Amino acid sequence: MKYAIELVGITKRFARTVANDNVTLSVSAGSIHALVGENGAGKTTLMETLYGIYQPDSGKIRIHDTEVAIKSPQDSIRQGIGMVHQHFMLVPTLSVLENIILGAEDTRNAFLDLAKTSERITALADKFSLSVPLNEKVQDLGVGIQQRVEILKALYRKADILILDEPTAVLTPQESTRLFGILSELKQQGKTIVLITHKLNEVMEISDRVSVMRKGKIVGEMDTPTTSPQEIAELMVGRPVLLRVEKSKANTGKPVLSISNLSYVDRRGVEILKNVNFSVASGEILGIAGVEGNGQTQLVECITGLVKPTSGTISLNGVNLVGFPVKRVFDSGLAHVPEDRLKRGLVVDFTVKENLILGLHTRQEFNSRLSMRRSAIEQNARMLIKKYDVRPDDPDAIARGLSGGNQQKVIIARELSRNAQLIVASQPTRGVDIGGTEFIHRSIISERDKGKAVLLISADLTEVLSLSDRIAVIYDGMIVKIFPDNKVEESELGLFMTGTKGNGREASLA
Amino acid sequence: MRPEFENCRNTSSKEKLSWRGAPPFIRYYLVLLVALLPVSLGLQSCGKQQPSAPPNSEVGLVFDVGGRGDKSFNDAAYLGLQMAKDSLGIKYQYIEPGGGSDRESALRQLANKKSIGLIFGVGFIFTDDITNVAKDFPDKKFACIDYTYDSTKAVPSNLIPIEFREEEGSFLVGAIAGLMTKTGKVGFIGGMESPLIRKFQVGYQAGVKYVNPKAKVLVAYAGVTGEAFKNPAKGKELALSQYSQGADIIYHASGVTGLGVFEAAREMNKYAIGVDMDQWNEAPGHVLTSMVKKGNMAVYDIIKEWKQGKFKGGKPEIFGLRDDGVDFVYDKNNMPLIPKPVYDRVEQLKNEIIAGKIKVPAS
Amino acid sequence: MAEKRHWLEHSITQNFFVPVLAVVLSFAVGAIFIAIVGQNPIEVYYVLFSQTLGNEYGIGQLLFKTTPLIFAGLSVAICFKAGLFNIGAEGQLQIGAFATALVGMYTFGVPAFIEIPLLVLAGIVGGGIWGFIPGYLKAKTGAHEVINTIMLNFVALALVSYFATNIYNVPATVHTPSIAPTGRIPRFDVFFSGFEGSPVNFSILIAIVAAIFVWYYIDRTRPGYELRVVGLNAKAAEFGGINVARNLILSMTIGGALAGLVGTNYVMGYKYYFEEGFSTGTGFMGIAVALLGNNNPFGVILAALLFGMLEYGGLVINTMVPKELVSILQAIVIIFVISSNKIFRKTLVNYMKTRTLSVNQ
Repeated sequence: MKYAIELVGITKRFARTVANDNVTLSVSAGSIHALVGENGAGKTTLMETLYGIYQPDSGKIRIHDTEVAIKSPQDSIRQGIGMVHQHFMLVPTLSVLENIILGAEDTRNAFLDLAKTSERITALADKFSLSVPLNEKVQDLGVGIQQRVEILKALYRKADILILDEPTAVLTPQESTRLFGILSELKQQGKTIVLITHKLNEVMEISDRVSVMRKGKIVGEMDTPTTSPQEIAELMVGRPVLLRVEKSKANTGKPVLSISNLSYVDRRGVEILKNVNFSVASGEILGIAGVEGNGQTQLVECITGLVKPTSGTISLNGVNLVGFPVKRVFDSGLAHVPEDRLKRGLVVDFTVKENLILGLHTRQEFNSRLSMRRSAIEQNARMLIKKYDVRPDDPDAIARGLSGGNQQKVIIARELSRNAQLIVASQPTRGVDIGGTEFIHRSIISERDKGKAVLLISADLTEVLSLSDRIAVIYDGMIVKIFPDNKVEESELGLFMTGTKGNGREASLA
Repeated sequence: MRPEFENCRNTSSKEKLSWRGAPPFIRYYLVLLVALLPVSLGLQSCGKQQPSAPPNSEVGLVFDVGGRGDKSFNDAAYLGLQMAKDSLGIKYQYIEPGGGSDRESALRQLANKKSIGLIFGVGFIFTDDITNVAKDFPDKKFACIDYTYDSTKAVPSNLIPIEFREEEGSFLVGAIAGLMTKTGKVGFIGGMESPLIRKFQVGYQAGVKYVNPKAKVLVAYAGVTGEAFKNPAKGKELALSQYSQGADIIYHASGVTGLGVFEAAREMNKYAIGVDMDQWNEAPGHVLTSMVKKGNMAVYDIIKEWKQGKFKGGKPEIFGLRDDGVDFVYDKNNMPLIPKPVYDRVEQLKNEIIAGKIKVPAS
Repeated sequence: MAEKRHWLEHSITQNFFVPVLAVVLSFAVGAIFIAIVGQNPIEVYYVLFSQTLGNEYGIGQLLFKTTPLIFAGLSVAICFKAGLFNIGAEGQLQIGAFATALVGMYTFGVPAFIEIPLLVLAGIVGGGIWGFIPGYLKAKTGAHEVINTIMLNFVALALVSYFATNIYNVPATVHTPSIAPTGRIPRFDVFFSGFEGSPVNFSILIAIVAAIFVWYYIDRTRPGYELRVVGLNAKAAEFGGINVARNLILSMTIGGALAGLVGTNYVMGYKYYFEEGFSTGTGFMGIAVALLGNNNPFGVILAALLFGMLEYGGLVINTMVPKELVSILQAIVIIFVISSNKIFRKTLVNYMKTRTLSVNQ
């Protein structure tokens, strides 16, 4: 078989961390090759080495059977390699056309022949069914389209090897399906594709072959049809894992949180939340599905008292929280895992133990008359670190140095240690690897089983479907549908999430 | 995912100063640093045998904060040092203090040097500091220009307060202004509002009125703080305002602030009168005259007395018209500007003051 | 990422070694300037060190210069911990010192054990008010503290100058009458004759106590914890139920109060009156002190000692070089230290890493 990419014995160290340890990987020309592994396994580093962002400490790279030296992304582009990064490298204020030709302008002429270039790009886009509006500004486009722009940008630079780093992380199910369509099309036309991901269903759906990385090494490589998600997951984590969240039937009690007629108009006068009604009972998990930016953030901020709703009531165990200062909201029996852990959840320059008391720091157990009780803080940290398996198990470690999953565990540990009646969890496993996700999911379910009410907000449909006892769909600031159980198809949810189905008025009565 | 950055970042946060766990390398450097200092100093002191001047042979001087380059009495004092160097062969050292609390340190700094026998402080603000230091160094001599003399308080016998009769000199330039004004309006711009500057103002006003009772004197001050002596922009603004109100001659007693007055005179094509030193060069053709306060003469005279062993401290030495401590400028530069009869009249007034026939008010 | 940290990433390196290296390098650069004005750098540095560190009088002068810098540095540092940039220490210390002098001149006959705390309190209140104002404006209106503190410096300077030279002054001077004798803080030379003539006094103990207080407050108390959260991540603070506005006001007020204590050194320990123009930029130097001290209270003391030495050393070498050169030297130190934080750290760490790697292979 003919290989498009051969990486031989690649080693890359950062300080004392070995990101890639003697990695050898071969990708067949014209195939879709999935590269999977947990966060920090070294997938991105390996591909960024191939793309010329890093120089390997040792090892060889062969492209189409020729050994090449890749010192910079320019070199790799010359070799026909294109990379679509997790965070798009587009200039938001420029048009799609400008973004595509940026840095690859036809320099033979002093003037840009935009009309001609535009024709060429349109032809290219048609060939791979990548429709993009060439003259609109990137900032006005949705993420799905932006991603297509990135792909087109790579193709315009004559890429025949395409690396995509976690391409579906920001997409809705419909957009993901569309992306996979495009990738198949590209494969048909002879392009080689490397897909970095940790979503196993994607691997199964689209890839021809899969390589699994763990701790900088390739720990397994197989043809996709011959393997199973279970096998891949075990290779990734290094131990057996439960992919399917196991939970018993909900033992639902009285409503804990009741939201009625909640509306919120922001400072610019935009109506963000429109007459939202729902309730969460003790012992159940209510999942809220929705494409990001449909009011989830503001809904949570209203509940937690960070912003004041324009109208409506939010009652927790019968007490209306509206107008309470944040501290009183929390004291009323609420715990909150914020959606952006770096922005709200953590003080990244603090130690783990200091972070573990944020918001609980006024509690008597942590304070003596003049100063804070350092031994109590330390003990609290040791206890939570152990219980939630935070690594490193060092209360004095700086939060910034922790991996995303461990940072998230710190937050979960702190919030669950509040022992609150209502847990609001926003994107609890975003950016968290399989092992961490499994752990966090189990923690949330065990809280439910203790009779807590859980409000789960997640853009990850798999998560919503597997955790929730009931599912509400939010679209354009409205709850457009509440499903009484979690037995619903992803595609069905997708239709509600994109506003294709459902109607606010009808749903709010549900 | 990029550990090298993460690690760099996660370090800065804990800022406890703990010596525990300091790696050997650090300790090595610390020891090295501490050790190097005296070694280098020791070597230096061995290698460098400065030819030491004989004790009490040199003069020291401390300028006012921001004083040097004021083209006024700080510079005048410096001129006095140079005169002494040229004609008496005296060596001198000086210090420009950086802040108010440095004045005393600077005086002590100089008094501590064996070679220095006489130390000047320039400016009334030295009054308390130099009194204290003089008490602590009875073997050294001190003199202070513009010392605020208080007859109820004793002055150490090794300290000479130097005073000037600024009102006398101001009276004479006031007379010139009074005689030469065409509009019947003249101006006065002071620096910091204070008793010292008021002497200039009062003498000037008396001089104007003495020769021209109907003339009007516009009075303005640049401020109430020491900054008022260092603000040319303000000086210009005040001068422009007085000129536009009809004044055609302005006398300033405002240090560096006066530079703005000269600029205004040049722009408006009017006259200004300088202060402390001959300020003709600030705006040639527009400086009618200057009331010179001969700080240089005072410094020079006292150095001379000291050298001859005639230093007499304990009470003020007052430099007035009689002692050639103050005067007005009349030389080849401004001769064409001042008519002969005016000059004669002013010379006559000067003689009358020296003779005691005219008593010039000081406040 | 849980491995043992490289020693160069330890706090001791970051907070001590790097600044020391910066200071040494800046002296080397300063030598070039000294040579340019035609003096022998070694001779000048010799005089600078021997006259400041070589005898008790010199040390006394150095400490006298250090005391106000500690107060100003702490003032800036504590605000910095709350994420605020206090440019207003100069104005705060003027108001505080003036308040001390003012209370002192009207409280004759009060025993020392009441008078001294009273005058210290006056400084705290005076400076505190001047810190509270920009803090309040920041918290309630969002008005930027940098602009407001700068403006309040002008107001403070003009106010105290006016009162010190017009209303409360001794005629023909620019200072107020003396404070009550019981309000005087004794000088070192009362007890140790070696300090004879130097105005260094026991207010430096107040400065050290203040540093300990700031350290304890920030590091050990609940309000200090909240203040740090606010400074590092205001959004997280809000989330943690911390009243961000109150902490902003509080930190500026404490910062102002610390600056206001400068009067203990000058008014209570040296002149016994307030003199117009007694401080020329101590408050601004406090910013450099805080930066050099890495906003750590004990670092502030060390940095203040260095700048105290530079300030007095500047006076000492002034008979040899123009005073502008001293300003240049100070500026070079500041520039080096501030830039070093990033540059040295990176180069050093990178260098040592490559070395460690090659050793390993």
